[in-house]
Amino acid sequence: MSAGPLLEVSGLRKTYPGVVANDDVSFSVGPGEVHALLGENGAGKSTLVKMVYGLVRPDEGRMTFAGQPYAPSSPHEARSTGVAMVFQHFSLFEALDVAENVALGMETPPPMRTLAASIREVSETYGLPLDPSRLVGDLSAGERQRVEIIRCLLQDPKLLIMDEPTSVLTPQEVGILFDTLRKLQSEGTSILYISHKLEEIRSLCQGATVLRLGRVVGSCDPREKSARELAELMVGTELTAPAVRAGAPGPVALKVDKLSVASPSEFGTALREVSFEVREGEILGIGGVAGNGQDELLGALSGEIGTAPGAVALKGRDIGALGPNARRRLGLLAAPEERLGHAAAPDMSLVENGVLSAWVRKDLVSRGFVDWKRARRYAEEVIAAFDVRTPGPDNAARSLSGGNLQKFVVGREILQKPEVLVINQPTWGVDASAAAAIRQALLDLAGEGAAVVVISQDLDELMEIAGRFAALNEGRLSAARLTEALTMEEIGLMMGGAHGMEVAHV
Amino acid sequence: MIRLEKRPTPSRVWAWATPVVAVLATMVAGGIMFAALGKNPVEAIRTIFWDPILGEYAFYYRGQLLVKAGPLILIAVGLSLGFRAGIWNIGAEGQYIIGAICGAAVGLALYPLEARWLVFPLMIAAGALGGLLWAMIPGVLKTRFNTNEILVSLLLVYVAEQILAWMALGPLRNPDGSGFPGSRNLRQYEAAANNELIAGSGMHWGVVAALIAVIFAYILLSRHLMGFHIRLAGQSPRAARFAGVNPERLILFCLGISGALAGLAGLFEVAGPAGQISIDFNTGYGFTAIIVAFLGRLHPIGILLAGLLMALTYIGGEAAQATMGLPAAAIQAFQGMLLFFLLGFDVLTSFRVRLGREAHA
Repeated sequence: MSAGPLLEVSGLRKTYPGVVANDDVSFSVGPGEVHALLGENGAGKSTLVKMVYGLVRPDEGRMTFAGQPYAPSSPHEARSTGVAMVFQHFSLFEALDVAENVALGMETPPPMRTLAASIREVSETYGLPLDPSRLVGDLSAGERQRVEIIRCLLQDPKLLIMDEPTSVLTPQEVGILFDTLRKLQSEGTSILYISHKLEEIRSLCQGATVLRLGRVVGSCDPREKSARELAELMVGTELTAPAVRAGAPGPVALKVDKLSVASPSEFGTALREVSFEVREGEILGIGGVAGNGQDELLGALSGEIGTAPGAVALKGRDIGALGPNARRRLGLLAAPEERLGHAAAPDMSLVENGVLSAWVRKDLVSRGFVDWKRARRYAEEVIAAFDVRTPGPDNAARSLSGGNLQKFVVGREILQKPEVLVINQPTWGVDASAAAAIRQALLDLAGEGAAVVVISQDLDELMEIAGRFAALNEGRLSAARLTEALTMEEIGLMMGGAHGMEVAHV
Repeated sequence: MIRLEKRPTPSRVWAWATPVVAVLATMVAGGIMFAALGKNPVEAIRTIFWDPILGEYAFYYRGQLLVKAGPLILIAVGLSLGFRAGIWNIGAEGQYIIGAICGAAVGLALYPLEARWLVFPLMIAAGALGGLLWAMIPGVLKTRFNTNEILVSLLLVYVAEQILAWMALGPLRNPDGSGFPGSRNLRQYEAAANNELIAGSGMHWGVVAALIAVIFAYILLSRHLMGFHIRLAGQSPRAARFAGVNPERLILFCLGISGALAGLAGLFEVAGPAGQISIDFNTGYGFTAIIVAFLGRLHPIGILLAGLLMALTYIGGEAAQATMGLPAAAIQAFQGMLLFFLLGFDVLTSFRVRLGREAHA
């Protein structure tokens, strides 16, 4: 391998109608370097790596790979040059087993038996425990990610691109992943690592390129910068940490007692005897790896899924038989994780999406008729109060970026002054400044006396805002404990991260 | 290379322009087909689109226009509500037949009572109720046993046709008809007749009902919470559940409304233009209305225009067959082209066409 950089990118530019996704982007990744791409949502990180991986063609600029000109016209070409990518959203078939899924992603899959053997071999070499014969539908998110990583490693890549790999992992699983990445690095594999988790980047990466609004705004050695400095470089302004308003929790607002619910979807997780209570003025954080019953818990609390009598009580009143709107009337609001298609209808305007969940409490319907004037005012109010970036309330929900739609969806519930708010993944895919604003709004809401249940996979977020923490694992909820007294290791154990933890260290 | 690019927000301009473009494209493609058949394409298009409204014999055709458009619009408006919510009632033809049978049966049972104020409203209620109940069969089966409403409603059309034949030959047969199949002619029974309100216009109570249905559906969809929930359920079922929409109630509501309106259309037809229950009473309005609903892009005003346009192609098509000797198949192909182009150009509302190399994989 030459002494020069493995991948060199210079002057890349890519425009979409009305948007400059990347402009004059240059950086390089040395052999055996773990290089971070940092930036807020919409900063152009995804477009950039898609160009490196051959999914998108740049309008201008050029790349070299190991000293040779490199202009992949397809992922196929990128892979044959030695570039592999693990996407944030897995492309796996739940009804097939691990080996079959790996084979589907390969250009020329070997016979199944050989493949299973090489999957075992790679999984042992790199400390990624994985059984090739298991159904993907039964795997945890962390294990699914291993399938994707092993699929890449079987191609023996020189450069591995990883897009937000830790967003779905428990702390222990993150540890396993980092061990693997360091091992790869020691063997000379370069890694291009996309993340907005700054501590991770500081512990893993030797170089970082920071993007803002499609341009490179800085490059640094992340080990020499504080997380705060990195964040400010990313956002371009100074960040204020959310102010926690301490207040004595009031009486119990929401009590869940031995709640058991079957999942409406085939590969979902049933809830088993989930019990907890939240008091007025308190934020309860519910952690856990995705797919452990979060959607089902939100559905059972919002009223989308009916529950047994006595299992869910709002201020002492059994509400198990009530639908979503009856619960809203009583003050229990919810914000689901999936923005498009669950919390909001993609092709409907923001005005209509405001009516969707707010008509009961904001009085937007009289005698069955929607008062569109009031509905528009409410949408405008949410847009103004939560700094939703959109040309206006008549725009369709899907025309907004993920972060802006999330601000709208969260704002729509908070401005209804809930007495209890249940929210799933409040800042998922949201940039740092918007995430801070949303967390502050949740803290303010609790400060005003509402009980808040935050379901999230972002542990840092829960540690920051929640007073007590409980973890969901395979549909069971651990006992809630005060967050101040918890260490990351304890949290990992509560989350049941021990699942598949016997690392095959060599 | 041509490629399609998804618009961030569906284009309002194209939503209204595509039907017009589709009609123009149909005229061009249809003209080529007529020319290939050795007919003068300009004359054929004029015979179909122009003569029935403004030609020499238009006084005869104009009345026919409303007679044909009325039931199409009435049924299509009902269907469009379900289609918007993702509930596919394909069996309007059956509900139309049962509505006609029930309405006619009430009228015939009261014969020869002369109180029109009593007989005619009762018939209307019976027609609507008959269609509604017939549509409840797929509705209840779907909500109770999760059967497919497309299949059940469609198959019930053939059941309804058998009942129609039985009624025409048995219980409803005209006792004074010397044994011929078919009921008494309701047009000759003054208390039950649904005659033209203005002579020569083709305007009967069914046309009035169709106009009321258009207005009702328009207000329902644009102003009422139920209409909002219908649109929401069609676009995003999970969001609808989150919004507190009860899917079972919605299914029964949509099937019920479309069934009742189809039943009304049947009643107005049997008491008016058709006059009697006969074996071949139904002529496919229930199926054509599906095309009308989509041609009008499931919008009440669009359906009003689409119903008139569809009626025009029928009447004009018949005229072209009679005066120019065009084969019936050519007219059907022409109508098929209209739907084809409409659905084809529909892409333009959500996508824009770009020329040049692709940027996405």
